[in-house]
Amino acid sequence: MPVTTEQVIAWLQRSAAALHEQRDYLTQLDSAIGDADHGANMDRGFTAVMDKLPGVADKDAGTILKTVGTTLVSTVGGASGPLYGTAFLRAGMALAGKMELQESDVLSALQAALEGITARGKAKPGEKTMIDALHPAIETFKAALEVGAPLKEALAKATASAEAGMKATIPMLATKGRASYLGERSIGHQDPGATSSWLFLRAMGG
Amino acid sequence: MAVAVSLVVVSHSQKLAEGVAELAAQMANEKAMIVAAGGAIDGSLGTSADKVLEALTKAESADGVLVLVDLGSASMAVEIALESLPTWQRERVHLSSAPLVEGAVIAAVEASIGSSLEDVARAAASASTLKKFAGEE
Repeated sequence: MPVTTEQVIAWLQRSAAALHEQRDYLTQLDSAIGDADHGANMDRGFTAVMDKLPGVADKDAGTILKTVGTTLVSTVGGASGPLYGTAFLRAGMALAGKMELQESDVLSALQAALEGITARGKAKPGEKTMIDALHPAIETFKAALEVGAPLKEALAKATASAEAGMKATIPMLATKGRASYLGERSIGHQDPGATSSWLFLRAMGG
Repeated sequence: MAVAVSLVVVSHSQKLAEGVAELAAQMANEKAMIVAAGGAIDGSLGTSADKVLEALTKAESADGVLVLVDLGSASMAVEIALESLPTWQRERVHLSSAPLVEGAVIAAVEASIGSSLEDVARAAASASTLKKFAGEE
């Protein structure tokens, strides 16, 4: 069954709610290895996104996601603004004109988002970033679709991979972003960006 | 103002960007334009692609614009701002990895004597090897 634009909006609303609920947790993670603004930044960004969504609710999925991207770029001052902003912009470009999405469209959008984050942050897996949650999640999602798993099941598996990827950031040494200034002291802490990426995937499961 | 290379100073802190621009302007003797783009859109700590874009537009010069940044995501905000500029304008912008304060001051001096964008960028880059105390390794 295809995914409707109403379901895309509902996912964004669940994401906003999760980011709001987890605001203090994300900030706490970021205060250990960053500048302690990730929770506040994501919450502020998605509060602004929620204000913008009614204006594009009847548009195609591409327009909806591009609106999310431009809103995040404009309202989030930390690295997560340019990174998630680029991710949503690229995902929106991949879904231009689509009023409903097949499983393959969801995969294309996720892959475009990851490519956007990779290009913007110039990071690769294993550097203690969002990519460490997103990359394994998308690989799992793709593999599940290839063996014919229904969307809901593929998303559940992807979310589990994202969670495992997020936890795997704990022993990693940060070489990107503010955490890289801490050097060895970044080891032993879970990456806040990987954590928010997991929250986005978890919200997809409804 | 005669044509000269302009500078854009990008920092996570609005105060820092303005302070660096003030220091650099003192050396430029009003011969080069120096524009600050500091802080997030609401003035809190952070960077803003919108503010950087506004500064790049204000600093637009036929001789080119040198952009200096402070930490991490400042460079991402600059990249996003550049993507919304037309190609002809983007080609006149050079991104510098120079240390912010020394880079801006040296670049301001170089710009004020009418040097090319290439020379201003090279002068700014030389700031990374500047010694502040005699006998320092």
